[in-house]
Amino acid sequence: MNKQATSPSKPNSRRREPALTYSKARGPREQMLPRMGAMLIMAVFAFYFLIPIWWLFVSATKSKGDLTSTNPLWFSEFNFFENVGNVLTYRDGVFLRWIGNSLAYAGGGALIATVLAGMCGYALAKYSFKGRELIFNVILGGVLVPATALALPLFLMFSQVNATNTFWAVFLPSIVSPFGVYLTRIYAGSSVPDELMEAARLDGASEVRTFFSVSVKLMFPALVTVFLFQFVAIWNNFFLPLIMLRDEGNFPVTLGLYTWNSQINQIPELRMYVLVGALLSIIPLIIAFLFLQRFWRSGLGAGSVK
Amino acid sequence: MKPFKSAIAVAVLSAIALTGCSSSDSGDTAGAAIQCTPADGPVTLSFTSWIPGIEDVVDVWNKANPEIQVKVQTGPNGNSGTYQNFFNQLKAGNAPDLGQVEYDALPNFRVQDGLTNIAACQDVADAESTFIPWAWNQVSFGEENAAYGIPQDTGPMALFYRSDLFKKNNIAVPTTWEEFEKAAVEVRKTGSYITNFSQNDVNQFAGLVWQTGDTWFKNDGDKWNVALTGTGSTTVADYWQDLIDRDLVSSFPGWTSEWDNAYNTGKVWSWNSAVWGANSIASGAPDTAGNWSVAPMPQWKKDDNTSGNWGGSSTVVFNGSEHPYEATKFALWLNTSSESLTMLNESANLYPATTAGLDLPSLKEGVEFYGDQKIYDIFAASANQVSSTFVWGPTMTQTYNSVSDGFKAAVTGKGTLTDSLKSAQEATIKELKTQSIPVAE
Repeated sequence: MNKQATSPSKPNSRRREPALTYSKARGPREQMLPRMGAMLIMAVFAFYFLIPIWWLFVSATKSKGDLTSTNPLWFSEFNFFENVGNVLTYRDGVFLRWIGNSLAYAGGGALIATVLAGMCGYALAKYSFKGRELIFNVILGGVLVPATALALPLFLMFSQVNATNTFWAVFLPSIVSPFGVYLTRIYAGSSVPDELMEAARLDGASEVRTFFSVSVKLMFPALVTVFLFQFVAIWNNFFLPLIMLRDEGNFPVTLGLYTWNSQINQIPELRMYVLVGALLSIIPLIIAFLFLQRFWRSGLGAGSVK
Repeated sequence: MKPFKSAIAVAVLSAIALTGCSSSDSGDTAGAAIQCTPADGPVTLSFTSWIPGIEDVVDVWNKANPEIQVKVQTGPNGNSGTYQNFFNQLKAGNAPDLGQVEYDALPNFRVQDGLTNIAACQDVADAESTFIPWAWNQVSFGEENAAYGIPQDTGPMALFYRSDLFKKNNIAVPTTWEEFEKAAVEVRKTGSYITNFSQNDVNQFAGLVWQTGDTWFKNDGDKWNVALTGTGSTTVADYWQDLIDRDLVSSFPGWTSEWDNAYNTGKVWSWNSAVWGANSIASGAPDTAGNWSVAPMPQWKKDDNTSGNWGGSSTVVFNGSEHPYEATKFALWLNTSSESLTMLNESANLYPATTAGLDLPSLKEGVEFYGDQKIYDIFAASANQVSSTFVWGPTMTQTYNSVSDGFKAAVTGKGTLTDSLKSAQEATIKELKTQSIPVAE
């Protein structure tokens, strides 16, 4: 075999040989590079975002001694189930109670917030009345105010009615979602046709019934988005419970883990419990996302083909 | 334009609401004068503490005292949020009757008028002598007829060291700071470090300053005197700066895994720490079990017996409590009865602040991790050698941050520890003025 012909570094062979395949595979080959580039960038970011979770998972499987002395990103002796058992039974299962509280705050709060935001956004989009824009603009202003900034004023207000340190002190502020109103208004404006509402009215349905049996179905993707956002926002809302709650029995899981973490110096075993607890506490979020994301995707898709 | 305008209006309104809430009365150093008399009927008190297992201790009290029931509230440790909650509650007028406050945070609560002076209660006056004098000083601020809390626990310091490594390499365990420096050179020759200078543990540094008999603050009842750059502080700062410059100490940030790992793998051989540190090493460096010992802190002068303190807290009665008499009864039981002190020691490693508490049976036993050494004998001696002169300031969060910022720079070669103290001194004076707390200059 001629060594020169096969060597890719020779200019003549390089020019001739690819030229043959070039014309054939022109389309795919041109897209290959940008596609590879995009994949690469995404892979790098996925790696970047997943590595803390990987670390968390690996750490949660280790015994207390192995935690500091072995490779932080790879397994040593597998103690995961023992660790989970320890967390769940520590102090009469207070961790499970926190998870339950978080589900109640986030699930219940997000559900009511979605209904309220959906009704409000729908009303703002489909009915014309005096002061409609003013109301909408005030709500829009609410999007700009960070929840953290409202925690202290809320605490002082709840103090006035002796309602701090109760379930309601965290639950009530969670059921409003200005962003949800904004999103549902925009979505209802484009997805609920006036003709359909007219038809429902002609059939004798009340406005409330029209909303719940016709419009809600059309707005469903937006409502799922609002629910998901609000669920995550409440689940991760840490500052409000920190300021409001003193009774361990009412803590959401974020505050509970934070409390444990702040006691590590006194009870070093808690370091392990915080790690395992943090891993367990993201599972409901993952489930919520996996379960609801298909609605979400179809929603975004519906918007884009319009 | 319209939505934008309204949005701004809302934002501005909320900002006003916020500043309205965060303004506070400061500069008032007078505690509320109280009547310490028992209530007519049964009383329920609220008590906020982050001590793990405090509920069990309170249960014991509740069973024995049906007339004075205590309800436990909890939260993260003080600086992680509970202090801020206390201030919010004081502002809203619903502070708990009792709360846990560390010594270094007491002055802050005092200048914000958050504490009840319970010295008027006869029980408190009677109990003063049962506490270690310097611990009492932390709650009385050295004043007559003053008690702004009941001392709960203390953190007398000593030297934790790897007895096996010192012995194997024929290095004598240092008893003075001069010997410590010489030993540091020897240890460095083996490739390890004698100890670690933790850039974020300003409290540990304060404990080292405390040992010299110096103080960071003074209060003459009228004005605060900031003294971060006193002779004791600069001596300690220069000493450690020298060790850092010569690479004789490591500088891992405290309480991180790399810090644990340095101890676990024998890269660092000793730690000047408080009594509660016994547990931190045992959990952070499990592979070294049995190889540690405890010795008294190295001294500045040979044959001296001085020591420092790192940590410790008190139980306070908040301003506005309607039942100071019952509250102090509970606080005294919690912090002086051997029943409670034993439980607190077992569940949370609290080291008692009473003289009698130092002799608890659980503190007389050998500890396996330390080769069965009776380490608490060393700490009991240390507890009695801590100077009474050290005073904390009213803005410790800011002071700690300023010092710690400087320390972080210093361990990487930018500036020195003394520079950090100087800039923290200026920052602290500025902060006191901002809060209208009177400062002497």
